[in-house]
Amino acid sequence: MAEHMTEHIALVVNGTPREGDVEPRRMLVQFLREDLELTGTHVGCDTSQCGACTVTIDGMAIKSCTMLAVQADGANVKTIEGMQAADGSLHALQEGFWAKHGLQCGFCTPGMIMAASDLLARNADPTDDEIRHAIEGNICRCTGYHNIVLAIREAASLVRAGASAPTPTSITA
Amino acid sequence: MATAVQDVLGTSVRRTEDPRFITGKGRYLDDIKLTGMAHLAILRSPYAHANIRSIDTTRAKTMPGVIAVIVGADIPYNPLPMAWPAGGASGLQNNVSTPRTLATDSVKWTGEGVTAVVAETPEQAIDALEAIDVDYEPLPAVVDAEKATQPGAVQLHENAPNNIVFDWTVGDKDGTEKALAEAEVVVRERLVNHRLIPNPMEVRGDIGWYNPGTDEYTVWMSSQTPHIQRLLLTAFVTGIPEHKVRCISPDVGGAFGTKIFCYADMALVMFASKLIGGGRPVKWVESRRESYGSTIHGRDHITYVEIAGRRDGTVTGVKVKTFANLGGRLSTIGPGIPTTLYGRVLSGCYKIPNVYAEVTGVYTNTTFVDAYRGAGRPEATYVIERAMDLFANEIGMDRAEVRRKNFIPKDAFPYDNPSGLGTAVNGEKIYVDSGDYEPAMDMALKTAGYADLEAKRAEAKTRGKLLGMGLSTYIEVCGVAPSKWIGAVGEGWGAAMWESSNVKVHLTGKVIVTMGTQPQGQGHETTYAQIVSHELGIPMDDIVIQHSDTQGTPFGYGSYGSRTSSVGSTAAIKATDKIKDKARRYAAHMLEASVDDIEVDGAEYRVKGSPDKKKTIQEIAFALDLGFSLPAGMEPYLDETAYYDTPNCTWPFGTHIAIVEVDEETGETDLVRYVAVDDVGKKINPMIVDGQLHGGIAQGVGQALWETAVYDDDGQLLSGSMMDYALPRASWLPSFELGETVTPSPVNPLGVKGVGEAGCIASTAAVANAVNDALSPLGIKHLDMPFTAQKVWHAIQATKGGRA
Ligand code: FES
Ligand code: FES
Repeated sequence: MAEHMTEHIALVVNGTPREGDVEPRRMLVQFLREDLELTGTHVGCDTSQCGACTVTIDGMAIKSCTMLAVQADGANVKTIEGMQAADGSLHALQEGFWAKHGLQCGFCTPGMIMAASDLLARNADPTDDEIRHAIEGNICRCTGYHNIVLAIREAASLVRAGASAPTPTSITA
Repeated sequence: MATAVQDVLGTSVRRTEDPRFITGKGRYLDDIKLTGMAHLAILRSPYAHANIRSIDTTRAKTMPGVIAVIVGADIPYNPLPMAWPAGGASGLQNNVSTPRTLATDSVKWTGEGVTAVVAETPEQAIDALEAIDVDYEPLPAVVDAEKATQPGAVQLHENAPNNIVFDWTVGDKDGTEKALAEAEVVVRERLVNHRLIPNPMEVRGDIGWYNPGTDEYTVWMSSQTPHIQRLLLTAFVTGIPEHKVRCISPDVGGAFGTKIFCYADMALVMFASKLIGGGRPVKWVESRRESYGSTIHGRDHITYVEIAGRRDGTVTGVKVKTFANLGGRLSTIGPGIPTTLYGRVLSGCYKIPNVYAEVTGVYTNTTFVDAYRGAGRPEATYVIERAMDLFANEIGMDRAEVRRKNFIPKDAFPYDNPSGLGTAVNGEKIYVDSGDYEPAMDMALKTAGYADLEAKRAEAKTRGKLLGMGLSTYIEVCGVAPSKWIGAVGEGWGAAMWESSNVKVHLTGKVIVTMGTQPQGQGHETTYAQIVSHELGIPMDDIVIQHSDTQGTPFGYGSYGSRTSSVGSTAAIKATDKIKDKARRYAAHMLEASVDDIEVDGAEYRVKGSPDKKKTIQEIAFALDLGFSLPAGMEPYLDETAYYDTPNCTWPFGTHIAIVEVDEETGETDLVRYVAVDDVGKKINPMIVDGQLHGGIAQGVGQALWETAVYDDDGQLLSGSMMDYALPRASWLPSFELGETVTPSPVNPLGVKGVGEAGCIASTAAVANAVNDALSPLGIKHLDMPFTAQKVWHAIQATKGGRA
């Protein structure tokens, strides 16, 4: 039987140019997790409901289980692995989630952080309500969200106080 | 001089496990990639009830990448074990049907595994499933537990007439019936505690690896109980000797009970790895849709409750009849949940003299039901808390005052509740050990502004909203459990329930602690390190907690039943006690003093009266681990293991109050405030404890307002994907307001009680009582959960003579 047809794609992931040959049906999340071995991006559902797979493309949060890898050809993708600074220091959101106990099992956390990075890039001082709406595409079964809201608020205030701001359009981590 | 180590016990230190999770370096089951790994997919029954006539795998075998196709008849394993029979009056069941590794003759629910494909990639395995031809003989199905017991209902298993798994009773039948007959007031209601799909964010999966060189198996599993699974898979299922199997749980992405159990897929990946040969590991990971049929569901009770009492508010009797849906076959401890963990705590925190419950466990053509966060106790809390409200409303007395009047008084502990917590083999009972319920309730009432309820109601009414307040004054039994009780014939899990800990202080002063428990998000790596740091005076940074690998940790029963902080922590303390004892004896040797003269202060071991003569634990460990100079009879190394069996369970309690507003026009319910005052005893890490409460409350609220598993009459799961099953989202919930009272548990040295389930046990009843309170001015006496806008709207319309 003939091999499946594959497509060649080239994109930037966490500031590094990456290439690959993918089946047309391959989802971006599989390309990230299996081909690039960036397993910080998780899969929690098969109906685009949970947000565990959230990454950003040019700063905008998207569900990588819903996008074909071929659609990401030429895109600038950021995953949880790209959030730390080059010197290893934590992003304000990572700091916020750690300080405010914004995670328990940690499975939803990468997606939450990526969704929140989109919010903070647009809104430096979100209200609790704005935070709750911004992450409503991301399900957390552990925390009841209370501490996630506190974590994102904490991150926002860290950013405003001069910690490294989320840089939605920059390709460097 | 040793620098004083900051005592971290009882403080909200940041979690040590978090750096890996916030940077995307957690390692969950599906993140594991092994050399040569093949992938397995399972073909599941599309029918809820059918006989399997034949299975044709010819086409599938020729599909690209396919390595093997497996049917049930190929597998010589036994069916899965059922480890917690209901026992009691129903006797030991002889009608147990549990899943086989793959079904052979028949299927009993949509989702039961029938055939498996092993292929080079997951996609190839899934593609090949479509080329398998199974010839089914479809049979009629039954999904409702009460209907399934009626004469003429579809029969699932020949040896279970009327689909009854057990008829279990507890309490004093005659006394309770007499109390009902003589009561001034009796209120009766039918309560449905609907079925839930637990939905941890990480689905389940396993990797099986047969090593042909050593004839040994390693199984990675997303499990709360790797030690138990090794035991069950070897002693009961596969026949492979226990010492030939190693089970490992990597990071587990939430569990809530679902990952306690022995599942067919665990045995299947073991079988498949050996079958395909070459030492190739085989991985299976369920999809979310698949998990709705392959991982347990929770709750699903139909209950008839009768509550009797006097017009002064005294409750004199409670009688309960419950149909508990257990699914098409039994899960590992399915029958134990609606019996021991439900029937025996039905009287809640109230001193009710007469309690009697009958529970009928029932087979239906649905996914198996087992322990989901709270497991039996949320169902019991729901029944008694709804019943208290119904009773209060009937006699026209304030709901809080009725509760106050019936609370077990604080001087009545230890309290032997009338539904009995089981007679252990030696005749000993489990007592409710401690409690002081009024202060928690008063604090909650005050915080929630309960006294102003009617004014709030009137104000809301001007906005077209029906406001309601609901109370839930709960207790839970957790910290399971004394082995002699849990092992009582026919009543307990067919095993013990102690815990274990090994503590090693290495030559460099670094400490490795291995535990028999298994975390799924609760922060064990942090809290155990806080305890060990406190006990040994060694900084937390020098302590690592290891767990979840049968090869590297002492046997333990795992984490569930809110048992880790009370039973697991005490094991760790017992191990550090042994360490300290040996260190003290060795310090005496080093300092040429008598043991009795050595006093311990944190990390320092000093000679009484000569403060300069001292050694630190690090110095002691260095010398003792080298072993150059040992006193007679002393072994080298600071390495101690403790196995700890708890003398009793623990009894958290509290009062939760929900405030809801129902839109009179649309029927939409909004949870506007939630106040929780919990008494979970002392807290090892308050931040983590509060996090557990928040998460638990959200899950319980989810049941009351949105979540429900719905089957049609043919046994098709209509809420069969995350698109159809409504999990709580951030924008649907308010931030919960937490308060506390602290009554230390007398059972363990830390005074802790356990907190994993408390929020979930209390909150469903609080919200249900709130919505029913909101609807009560319309003359609605009781409405079942979940309070979807559609259901509430219909109920409101019916009171107005409109469409019902
Ligand atoms: S995996 Fe659930 S939304 Fe993408
Ligand atoms: S932390 Fe477990 S799902 Fe969010």
